[in-house]
Amino acid sequence: MADPWDLGLGHSLELGAWSLELSIAMTPLVCYLLLSALLFSIGLAGALTRRNAIIVLIGIELMLNAANLNFIAFWRYGEHPETLTGVMFAIFSIGVAAAEAAVGLALIIAVYRHYKTTNLDQVDSMKG
Amino acid sequence: MTRPIQTLWLIPALPLLAAGITALAKRPQRKLAATLAIGSMSVSFLLSCWAFVGTLGKHSGPGVERHVYNFNWLQFGDAWLQLGWVLDPLTAVMLVMVTFVGLLIFIYSVGYMAHDENFTRFFCFMSLFAAAMLGVVIANSLLFLFICWELVGVSSYLLIGFWFQKPSAAAAAKKAFVVTRIGDIGFFLGILWLYTKTGTLLFYDNGNGCLEASTLSKAFPIASSGFVPLLGIALLIFMGAMGKSGQVPLHVWLPDAMEGPTPVSALIHAATMVAAGVFLVARVFALIKPDWNALAGPHTLVSLSPPDATLVITWVGAITALFAALIAVAQTDIKRILAYSTVSQLGYMMMGLGVGGVAVGMFHLITHAFFKALLFLGAGSVIHGCHEEQDIRQMGGLRKHMPVTFATYAIGMLALSGFPLLFSGFWSKDEILHAAWLWQPSKAPFILGIIGAFLTAFYMTRQVCYVFFGKSSADMAPASAPGQEPAPEVAPHESPRVMTLPLVILAVFAMLLGFIGTPAWPWFQNYLGAAHEEVEWSRVLILMLISALVVFAGLGAGGLVYGLLQSDTGEKNDVLESSFPIAFGVLRDKFYVDELYEATVVRANAAFCRFCHWMDSVVLETLVRIVSGFVVGLSWLNRFIDEYVVNLGFDAACQRLRDGGGFFSRLQDGQLQNYLRVLALGLTVLLLLLTWGWGK
Repeated sequence: MADPWDLGLGHSLELGAWSLELSIAMTPLVCYLLLSALLFSIGLAGALTRRNAIIVLIGIELMLNAANLNFIAFWRYGEHPETLTGVMFAIFSIGVAAAEAAVGLALIIAVYRHYKTTNLDQVDSMKG
Repeated sequence: MTRPIQTLWLIPALPLLAAGITALAKRPQRKLAATLAIGSMSVSFLLSCWAFVGTLGKHSGPGVERHVYNFNWLQFGDAWLQLGWVLDPLTAVMLVMVTFVGLLIFIYSVGYMAHDENFTRFFCFMSLFAAAMLGVVIANSLLFLFICWELVGVSSYLLIGFWFQKPSAAAAAKKAFVVTRIGDIGFFLGILWLYTKTGTLLFYDNGNGCLEASTLSKAFPIASSGFVPLLGIALLIFMGAMGKSGQVPLHVWLPDAMEGPTPVSALIHAATMVAAGVFLVARVFALIKPDWNALAGPHTLVSLSPPDATLVITWVGAITALFAALIAVAQTDIKRILAYSTVSQLGYMMMGLGVGGVAVGMFHLITHAFFKALLFLGAGSVIHGCHEEQDIRQMGGLRKHMPVTFATYAIGMLALSGFPLLFSGFWSKDEILHAAWLWQPSKAPFILGIIGAFLTAFYMTRQVCYVFFGKSSADMAPASAPGQEPAPEVAPHESPRVMTLPLVILAVFAMLLGFIGTPAWPWFQNYLGAAHEEVEWSRVLILMLISALVVFAGLGAGGLVYGLLQSDTGEKNDVLESSFPIAFGVLRDKFYVDELYEATVVRANAAFCRFCHWMDSVVLETLVRIVSGFVVGLSWLNRFIDEYVVNLGFDAACQRLRDGGGFFSRLQDGQLQNYLRVLALGLTVLLLLLTWGWGK
């Protein structure tokens, strides 16, 4: 595997004319990874700091998407970009995330009905 | 010919059944109780007669014919304890006597107890007694005999204490029970000793029974002084007989037993129960006086017989005969006079057994049973007619008011006194005196017996004079009953026919029964298997003359003193009492035997009780207190340890756990985001470690 910090400028990629053109035009992997890390961090910060359950859910979705981004990036810059493994992963992940969002929202609605709030600070009946 | 033996058990079983049904009947049913008791006794009587007839005419050779029926009862290890019953002349004659006299007394009781509210209880106990007594008679095992013997004691206790509301009756019942128990201890020890020696308690068991020569010669070899344990056993068994038959040291219960209803006195304390002791001696006579020549075998000849128990029995009997006759002279209670007379006659029977063997003693037992039952029933009739008066000094002139009672009583009195030729008592007493005259060791029993016979005639005359002659009690009524309710003394009346009929029947037997055992025709003696002896007529006639003279002297003296002197002076006091106050006082107070026992035995017993109480309350209680204090202290210590050591440590540990739980539960604060934060922190740390830490 290539050095993640290498911007790939010195690589000579044997992918035909289209590939070559693409490789010249391609943003280096690190950028994606940085973006993904940023996205993850934002999501994490949102999930950890916000009090509103919906915002927390959104933060979690952000983190999931950061992971998806990583899947795609590593697939695209991986050794076998011609296979569609990364895309498949991402699509599955999105599907799962959709289901998860539905479940999460349903949970939030149930919590709201029970506690009349979506403020997670006040939902602490599991306190030991 | 074995049929009577098979139904023999029915004879005691029927009265027992009657007693059981009466006891279990739903409510007291007078008719039922009396019918059952009398009916069962009648059937028993008929069965006894059948058995008796079966034993007749079969004594061709020496010895007697004997049927036994034995069965296993209880297993000890390998050995079976056997019980059984026996039918021989001794049993048969006792059976007939007991059932017949008992039947008459039952019939009499219907009249006598008619006004008693515990009528059914009375018949229940009477039937129980009859069953027990018949059990004693048929027993073929010393153990079976002992069981029935004790049952007799129990029912006697129940009947003496029949009117237990009276303290004197309750005390008399207790006394009778305890005193006879003293004898029974000896009896029981004798049984145990005999069992250890012979290994069987059956009397007759085809040569293996404890009364049979083959067993005796094996268990008590004469060569190695086997007669010593045999003598001990015989004397111990005789102790039981002494208690039951009221022989001298143990006679004190019998006069007191007169507290019971009069039919009880007649049945138990005159005719049957007290005769049980005499019967017992007769039954085990093979132990009392073993035939050493037969035991030693045909080849050895015993030159000098070892001592046997008859010596003791004779002396005890002779002393009892005189002792009780002396006391009877000074008594004033009509039943007590008869009671002492019974003791005296029982002494004669024992003496007869000692000096003359089974037949002599048993003959007097049988005749005595009839005339003494007659006398007691007559006394009951007198008491009944005089409205429960028992003091002979308050009676008088009853001859006119109660002719049947008087006539029968006179017959009984003459039979008891031994009036010559016509009455049964003469023949049986003469038999005893004859045997006593021939007795080798000493002539003293004969002399004691003669004096006793004189006294018997004397005190019976005294009694009859007081009761039936003299001034009528109706004349003396105001003086006799100063404290009682006014004018209760309606003229004495004759008793109802249900009471007089048995008297008449008994009177007939009291006269005629003697003829079955006269010297000229000793059928009874032959029947019981006594060795036939040549009668020396001159001696017999002389002895008969002596005894007749003695009886006449007694009757004459009594008639003189009480018939003439007493009525002449017209005093309330006894003539003899005025003449010999000290001697009369001693006799009236029964030689102070009760007082002597009170001062020695009873007091020693009380002292021992006090000692036991002291042991119990002081010594044992202190011990118990020490032990209990120790236990209490131990439990206090235990509690302390539990509370302050175990519990405290446990509590502390629990508190720690609770604190720990509280601390850790604070981590679970329920804040979802805190969990996430920790997760994120952990993830970060993991990442950092993966990147820089473990990567290398």
